[in-house]
Amino acid sequence: MNVPTHAAASRTTDRALSVHGVAVFLFLYVPILLLVVFSFSGASNLSVWGGWSLRWYQKMFSNDPLLRSMRNSVVVAVVSTGISTVLGTAAALALERYRRWLGKRTFDALLYLPVIIPDVTMGVMLLMWFTTISWPLSLTTIILSHIAFNISFVAIVVRARLANLDPSLEEAAADLYADRWQAFRRVTLPLIMPGIVGGALLALTLSLDDVVITSLVQGPGSTTLPVFVFGLIKRQVTPEINAVSTVMLLASMVLVFGSLAFQRDTKAEPSPEAP
Amino acid sequence: MHRIRSIGMLALTVALVAAACSSGNSGSDLESVAQGCEVDQVDGDLSLYNWSEYIDPDLVQKFRDTYGVDVVETFYESNEAMLAQVEAGGATYDLIVPSDYMVDIMRQEGLLVKLNKDAIPNLANLDPKFTGLPFDPDGEYSAPYQWGTTGIGFSYDVVDDAADLTWGLIFDPEMSAPLTGRISLLDDEREVFAAALKYLGYSVNTTDQAQLDEATALLKAAKDRVATFTSDSFEDLLVSGEVDLAHGWNGDFFAAFDEADAWEDYGYGIPKEGGVAWVDNMAIPTTAEAVCTAHTFINFIFDAANGAQLSEWNYYASPNAKANELIDPEILSDPAVYPTPETFEKLEFLADLGDFATNYADAFTEVKS
Repeated sequence: MNVPTHAAASRTTDRALSVHGVAVFLFLYVPILLLVVFSFSGASNLSVWGGWSLRWYQKMFSNDPLLRSMRNSVVVAVVSTGISTVLGTAAALALERYRRWLGKRTFDALLYLPVIIPDVTMGVMLLMWFTTISWPLSLTTIILSHIAFNISFVAIVVRARLANLDPSLEEAAADLYADRWQAFRRVTLPLIMPGIVGGALLALTLSLDDVVITSLVQGPGSTTLPVFVFGLIKRQVTPEINAVSTVMLLASMVLVFGSLAFQRDTKAEPSPEAP
Repeated sequence: MHRIRSIGMLALTVALVAAACSSGNSGSDLESVAQGCEVDQVDGDLSLYNWSEYIDPDLVQKFRDTYGVDVVETFYESNEAMLAQVEAGGATYDLIVPSDYMVDIMRQEGLLVKLNKDAIPNLANLDPKFTGLPFDPDGEYSAPYQWGTTGIGFSYDVVDDAADLTWGLIFDPEMSAPLTGRISLLDDEREVFAAALKYLGYSVNTTDQAQLDEATALLKAAKDRVATFTSDSFEDLLVSGEVDLAHGWNGDFFAAFDEADAWEDYGYGIPKEGGVAWVDNMAIPTTAEAVCTAHTFINFIFDAANGAQLSEWNYYASPNAKANELIDPEILSDPAVYPTPETFEKLEFLADLGDFATNYADAFTEVKS
């Protein structure tokens, strides 16, 4: 008698959970869908439908300052993500793999600082630093600043992955005559790859998103997209912003699916004989 | 535009410390360069540091074509971020577009280069109403770019006509009783006291403690009817129906009305007692290199046709009297963009009050607590 009741209860729970799941997805994706749909609207304001039109895309592609800021954003995001992923992963390995070295605890604590301190403080600090060493503000200073805060985020995500990694796997590799590089390349790296990809995606998002730090360390002609959009407060916002967001959304989706496909590939690689 | 002031204030404070440490780039060398500039002279490409989409790209292109120099545009999203960058001095910006209060701060910090008016003959087109502004009394450091007002955005459900607007709708107990909980005020001590002081018939820049006390009492009595103090979302609160009467800046209301396609339902106006006017200005910071090109650019903007083109593009009022003769009559006749001469008479610019400013801050804290 107990079994059916139990099953019924779990069926109710299942149903409630699936309804909840659908609701969450709707909550997350309906606004995005609306944004995309309205980017094809011919009307001049954001919330009124004005028939299908590519007007705002046309306008976007002829708006030079906007295009330049998009290009700047992409350059900054890609370069800073690449560099900070390598440096952040290296930092995570140093902190997690090597138990005792001079200054480890200090370094450990310092690593969290860029995550904790407010953007404004970090931005002013970096601005002061660049002017103190007389480094002219430009796209390069934006990239350096983004690397500076992204290293910590990457390191934290990768460390979480490393902490759960069984050290005996690397020992086993060593037993099988793998040198340290081979053990890292063939065993450790594939295993922590999801963490690295996660950290890189986080870094990319943070970089594409940053307003405060960027607006303090930008130089002539290097305004990024988010700073440009926030600077629009002087003017009304048109569906052109929807068009911009849709293009950015498309770019990030390509990126996410790309990384997912990549992860699937690397997962499949070690066991090609599996059914 | 004052909206991001609070976020920026921290940056400002820290940046001030930074400036105290860094080697002060004095503007005196640049000033002697400026004095040597001639009309239409260019001495290099122009690095323009401006708000996003605050200038018609065609005008920028026209400047490039006419003078054979490039214009590199950089954009900022708050006066404070701009200030921090100029103070640090790490980047070359030849021309900036600060708001009124920021001109005052930068002028007093020695961050602006004195203009050589001989190189800007078109300044003669400036409407005399925009001379002797309190943030730069002799107009030595700045030239007005565009301007606007602080007034009341309202729903036609509660006010029939912008001409009927009075600050009494907020401060008169009887008149505002039906609006209890349906009013928003700016979260800005000077703007809020300006409203109360105007209602009482005083200057918005009063330094008379008795008048300030009177305004404080008035605001405390009105506070129960105020739903919220906000400088960021007043236009959204109005358009979404959370409030019926919102104290705020004209450009923000127009954007929100446009966005919601709600011009039929909502209006904006300046109460009959008067209000506050704001101006954005062109100025040459001490980070400039092409000082003469910057002068030429100011002169270019003050050309009548160019000034008209600018206003027709961004829908803000022009301080250029000659340009106003050319502007689309539809914009020119909109009292929400261009207040009537009678209304303009009653507008005041906010002046820097020096040490007395803390009295306003204290009084505002008292009102809000």
